[in-house]
Amino acid sequence: MGIKDYGDLNEIHMDVLRELGNIGSGNAATSLSGMLAKTVDISVPKISVLDYGQVAEQLGGPEMMCVGLLLSLSGDVEGMLMFLLQKEFTHLTLNALLGENFHDFSEIDEMGLSAIKEVSNIMAASYVNAISSMTGLAINITVPDICIDMVGAILSVPAIHYANISDQIIYIEDEFHSMEDKLTSHILMIPDVQSLEKIMTNLGIEI
Amino acid sequence: MSNIVVGISDLNICKGSDILVTYALGSCVGICIVDPVTKVGGLSHIMLPSSTLNPQGVVNPMRFADTAVPMLVRKLEAAGALRIRMKAKIAGGAQMFSAIGNGSLANIGDRNVEAVKRVLAQERIPIIAEDTGKNYGRTVHFSPSDGIMHIVSANKGKWDW
Repeated sequence: MGIKDYGDLNEIHMDVLRELGNIGSGNAATSLSGMLAKTVDISVPKISVLDYGQVAEQLGGPEMMCVGLLLSLSGDVEGMLMFLLQKEFTHLTLNALLGENFHDFSEIDEMGLSAIKEVSNIMAASYVNAISSMTGLAINITVPDICIDMVGAILSVPAIHYANISDQIIYIEDEFHSMEDKLTSHILMIPDVQSLEKIMTNLGIEI
Repeated sequence: MSNIVVGISDLNICKGSDILVTYALGSCVGICIVDPVTKVGGLSHIMLPSSTLNPQGVVNPMRFADTAVPMLVRKLEAAGALRIRMKAKIAGGAQMFSAIGNGSLANIGDRNVEAVKRVLAQERIPIIAEDTGKNYGRTVHFSPSDGIMHIVSANKGKWDW
């Protein structure tokens, strides 16, 4: 029957996606840890099929400020990869990379934006590479686009993209944190429905 | 006085001193319509310009400009507003990410704003204020009692329209 809507996913499919998220974010965390010279931990990823509004609620309320980075996935898997970095996390990253302190998002300059983009680019590449080698699917990523704003407004971009297809959005949410600093941030992977079928087939999972 | 929250792909109306709120409009558009005499007002939060582009037909009419606006107008009329007196104020339609070349997302904010303007023109409701476009998110507070649309942005300031 195939997967036509996100609601068609069963428990096994969810487990597979959770495992993909785990491997992807594990790799991403390792590369982040290398860049920052700090220990970075990840939690077990959450897989959710949610209405658009609920996603922002889960991430701290629609008006919470954060740095959003958006990359498109193309090739065998199509979809989006989105990083949502909270203020403290951004602070830590810039501090470790550039030795700069900042107190507010408005203080981040061109150099800072560029550094954040580069970090997310490297993390996205490790995330996608891990999934690629596990599934044997070729996945390309675009360079990240950055936006500092309310999380609800940032999420409206993937939400609008998927609004034509479904009421709901599936996202694989990976939370990573640095123990000594208690920071959290999120990576959301949002695969297209058609790509889900390819992922499952390539892993030998019955659809 | 209480706040009535309008979600994404949602609309609602109120009367008296209540305030309609919709949070964090990005490329979505918020449409405020009020009849200043009866002070019946409504707010709609749309995501996409047209329901006709949807391959599966209309899933949720409150999601699209072409179906949500007429629905809001009908609801307002049912609550005692008179169409000939209705005025509209619109906000949102930003381009959050600068470099998206992806077909379905390119200029979606602009296309949403255009669609809203077209539908309001068809309904013969004048737009008396707009805060649209640019590249930042907006929260809308609309109070039908005085017709003021209060916009709060994350880092660009606040305005009353």
